[in-house]
Amino acid sequence: MTGRTDANTPPATPLATAEHALLEEAGLSHADLDQALGRLLVGSVDAADLYFQRSRSESWVLEDGIVKSGRFDLDQGVGVRAMSGDKTGFAYSDAIQLPALLTACGSARAIVRAGQSGRGKPLSAEKSKPLYSDTDPHGSLATQNKIDLLTRVDAFTRSLDERVEEVTVSLHGIQDTVLVARSDGILAGDVRPLVRLNVSVIVNAKGQRESGSSGGGGRYAYGYFQDEDRALTYASEAVRQALLKLDAVAAPAGTMPVVLGPGWPGVLLHEAVGHGLEGDFNRKGTSAFAQRMGEQVASSLCTVIDDGTLPDRRGSLTVDDEGTPSQFTPLIESGRLVGYMQDTLNARLMGMAPTGNGRRQSYAHLPMPRMTNTFMQPGETDAEEIIRSVKNGLYAVNFGGGSVDITSGKFVFSASEAYLIEDGKVTAPVKGATLIGNGPEVMTRISMVGNDLALDRGVGTCGKEGQGVPVGVGQPTLKVDQITVGGTQI
Amino acid sequence: MSKAISDPHPSAPVSLPDEAEMSPLVEQALTLARENGADGAEAGLSVGNGLSVRVRMGEIDTLQQKRDHAFSVTAHFGQSVGSAGCNQLQPEAIRAAVEAACAIARSTAPDPCNGLAEPELLARDPVDLDLYHPWDLNPENAIDLARACEAAGLAHDTRLSNSEGATLSSRSSVRCYGNSNGFLATTRGSYHSLVCVMVAADDTGMQRDYWTTVSRDPARLESGESVGAEAGRRAVARLGAAPIDTCTVPVVFAAPVARGLIGSMLGAISGGSLYRKASFLLDQLNQTICAEHLDILERPHLRGGLGSATFDAEGVATHDRDLVKAGVLGGYLLGSYSARKLGMRSTGNAGGAHNVLVQSQRTLDLPALLARMGTGLFVTELMGQGVNMVTGDYSRGAAGYWVQNGEIGAPVEGVTIAGNLKTMFTQIDAVGADVDMRSNLLTGSILIEQMTVAGS
Repeated sequence: MTGRTDANTPPATPLATAEHALLEEAGLSHADLDQALGRLLVGSVDAADLYFQRSRSESWVLEDGIVKSGRFDLDQGVGVRAMSGDKTGFAYSDAIQLPALLTACGSARAIVRAGQSGRGKPLSAEKSKPLYSDTDPHGSLATQNKIDLLTRVDAFTRSLDERVEEVTVSLHGIQDTVLVARSDGILAGDVRPLVRLNVSVIVNAKGQRESGSSGGGGRYAYGYFQDEDRALTYASEAVRQALLKLDAVAAPAGTMPVVLGPGWPGVLLHEAVGHGLEGDFNRKGTSAFAQRMGEQVASSLCTVIDDGTLPDRRGSLTVDDEGTPSQFTPLIESGRLVGYMQDTLNARLMGMAPTGNGRRQSYAHLPMPRMTNTFMQPGETDAEEIIRSVKNGLYAVNFGGGSVDITSGKFVFSASEAYLIEDGKVTAPVKGATLIGNGPEVMTRISMVGNDLALDRGVGTCGKEGQGVPVGVGQPTLKVDQITVGGTQI
Repeated sequence: MSKAISDPHPSAPVSLPDEAEMSPLVEQALTLARENGADGAEAGLSVGNGLSVRVRMGEIDTLQQKRDHAFSVTAHFGQSVGSAGCNQLQPEAIRAAVEAACAIARSTAPDPCNGLAEPELLARDPVDLDLYHPWDLNPENAIDLARACEAAGLAHDTRLSNSEGATLSSRSSVRCYGNSNGFLATTRGSYHSLVCVMVAADDTGMQRDYWTTVSRDPARLESGESVGAEAGRRAVARLGAAPIDTCTVPVVFAAPVARGLIGSMLGAISGGSLYRKASFLLDQLNQTICAEHLDILERPHLRGGLGSATFDAEGVATHDRDLVKAGVLGGYLLGSYSARKLGMRSTGNAGGAHNVLVQSQRTLDLPALLARMGTGLFVTELMGQGVNMVTGDYSRGAAGYWVQNGEIGAPVEGVTIAGNLKTMFTQIDAVGADVDMRSNLLTGSILIEQMTVAGS
C-alpha cells in the first residue's frame, strides 16, 4: 500500500521499472525469456510472445456520509502465446517463475505438431517516450487524504440541493506494470497509472426519485481530482442531471433528426464505426465494413481518428499490450474508409502494419484489436446553428452505454440526458431513451459537424468477448438527419 | 495424446486441490487477521481449471488453457471493515493481503451494520447438490467437438458461408470459505458450454446469430450438431430483417431474453438497491408488483442447478423461498449488511439470487402464446442497457419477428421497445412453457400486453 519498493532509486524508463518489478524480483533473466520463447517457437509457430503483468488496484467507497469500505488487490502473472498462421495457442501462469513459465509455454504450443525448436531474435528494447507519469496513484495521496477527499465531495454534494437524498462517492486507482517479450526481438515495458472518481446521487422530490451520476479520471495520480476542484465539478454535474430528470417528459418514439452534444456522445462513433473497423472482424469478413477499404462509408464531413498517443488520457498507451507504440490512426477521412485498427496477428494476416491497438484485459486474456481514444475531428459550424437547423427533433447530450452487432451494423446507445428541439429551440428535457441505427447508414446521414470537439472526462470501459479495457471517446456537436429514438410518446 | 498434438509436455488437466489443502490456508488467514488486531474476519480462496477451444471455418482459431487462483479476505475491526485480495496462494501473498485488509479496516469509518453473518443463520450441514462433474477433456477432443458443431451449422443452409466459430469451454473449480464465527466449507463446481456463432449472407446483407448449451454435467449438454444447426437456422431466419413502423403492440419476449425482465425485478428487490433507494420497487413488500397469475420462486437446492448453493457468500444457509406469490412481493434478496440497513434478517442472498423459477397459472406452449398475442412483436434479441433501475423506465434495442394472427412472419431489426417495468410486470399476460434451462433464472417466454415499438 505504500508505493514501489524501489522508491529510493527510481529507474529511468518504464521498461527498466517493468524489468525490475517483473523479472529481477522473480529472478528471471533475458536468457530465461529466450528459453521460453524458444520453447514456443516449435514447428510451424511463426510468432510468439510473453506478457508479464503486475496490477495493483485499490478502491474506497463513501456512502451515508462515511467512507465505509476499502479494498486492495494485487494480481500478477504471465500470459504466453504461440501463433501459427491464424491459429493461436494461449496459456498463463499466476506464478512469475521459470518452471511455471515453461509449463505454460508447453500448453500454449499445443496448437501445432511438435517440430524443430526455434529461436527468437535477440531481444532489444522498444524505446517509446512515455505518455504519462509512472507515479503510483496509491502512494500519491495518504490514506487519510483519500478519505478526506471523498468526505469533502459528499458534503459539497449534499450542500447543493436539499432534495439530495443518497450520495455515493468512489475512488479507484490502478498501477499496472507490464512487460512484453516477443519472438521478433521486441522487448517493451510500460507503467500505467489509471485513476477514477465517481459521484452518484439519488434526489427525492416529494417521493419522486431520480438518479444522476458523473465522474472522470485518466492516467494520473490522485492530485488530478483536487486540481481545479475537479471532484466537486463531478458532484455538481451528478446533482444537475438528477434534478433535471424530475421535470423530464416522456421521450418521443420514432425516426427523427437528432443533434448529439460534444464529448461523451462520441460513444456513437465507438459503436457505429469503431468496432466495425477492428482488424479481426474485417479479416474474418464478419464486419458490415469488410471489403469496403477506400469506399465512401460516411458523409464527407466525417473524419474519424483512433489516437492512443494523447497524453494522460484514459484510453492512451505508450505501447500496446504487444509492445507496439500506440499511434494516431485515421479510420475515416472526409467520409472515406482509410484504416483499420490492428494487432500484430490480424495485421500480419491482412498484410498490413500493426497500429498499436493490440490490447488485453490482463495477462490471463488474449490480445485483440481494440480502440484507444476514438473521436471525430471538428467541423466549422457553431453548435447553435446546428440546433437552429432542426425543426422538430431531439438534442442528446449525455449517454449511458452502447453496443453494436458488427455484422448487421445495428448499434444502440442510451441517452440519459436529452431535450426536445421544437422550432429550432431546445425545450423540455425528456426521459432516457435508447437510440438505434445502422452504423454505415447513420454515418452517411451526418449532415452537420460542429467546431466544438471535446473528449470525454475519462470514464469509458469497452467490452469485447468478455474483456474490458479503458477507452476514450470524443466528438464535436453533430447532427444526424434521421435516427430511431426509442421513447414511449407516439 | 493423439498424433495431431504430440506435445512432449502434455498439458493434461491438473487436478484441483482438496479440502485438506484449502482449509488450512483459510484458517491461517483468519488467524493472521486476529494477530493483526482484527475482531473478526472472513476469507475465501478458489482454484479453477479451464480449457477453451474455438474452431473457425474448420480450423483451430484459439486454444486456451487456464488455471487461476484467487484469495479474498475481509477484516473486521469493531464496526469497521477492510478487504483485500490477490491471485496467489503462497503464505507470503496471503499474509500481505491480510495485512492490507487490516490496514484498510483501521482507516474506514465504523458502520453499525457491518459484521459477519449472525452465527444462527450459518449453514450447518452443507449437502452435496451434484454440482461437480469435471470433464476429462483433452485439447484434441475439444477441437473435434467444436469442429463438428460448427460444421453442422455451416451445412444447415447454403446462405451460411461464414462463421465466428464454435467455442467449447470447460471449467472446474473449488472454493473454500470460512469466517471467524466458526464457519468453514469447501465446495466444488463445474461449468461446461458450447456456443456456435453463424454468419448468414444474401443480397440483403449479413446477419449473425448464435446458439449455446451450458451444463454442470458434460453428459447433459445438447449435441454439438443441434447447437450448430440452431445457430445456423437463427442466422438465416434473420436475413432481410427491417424496421417496422412505430406502433403500440403486444410483445412476446422469447425465453432467453425474458430472463432479463426477471433479472431487473430481482435487481430491484435486492438489498443494495433498496437501502440506496435506487429501486423502482421500493416499499413494495406485501404489495402486488406483477400479474396475479405469477409466482416467482427461489429454489437454491436444485440438484445440478446452475445457481444451486446450500449457503451464500457469507456462509448463510439458503432456503426455498417464494419471492412473489400470486403477484404479491413476499421477500427481498438480502445479505447481512443490506439486511441490517433495512432492519431485517439476511435471506441467504449475499452474492445474489440462486435458482429462480417463474411459474404461471397461465402457461401456454409457445405457439399458443403467440396465438394469444395475435398480432405483435416476438423479440428474440435485445441490445444495450436502457433500464433505469430507479424509475423502472425501460427502452432497449430489439430484433425479432413480426407476428400476424399468431403466425411468425418477417424478421424485424432496428427497432426499440419501451415502457416502464412497473407497468410491464402488471401487464404480463401469460408465460410460455418453453423454459430456458441455460441460466439460474428459469423462465419461459413472456407476453406483455402492450409496449411502444419505435421504428421507421
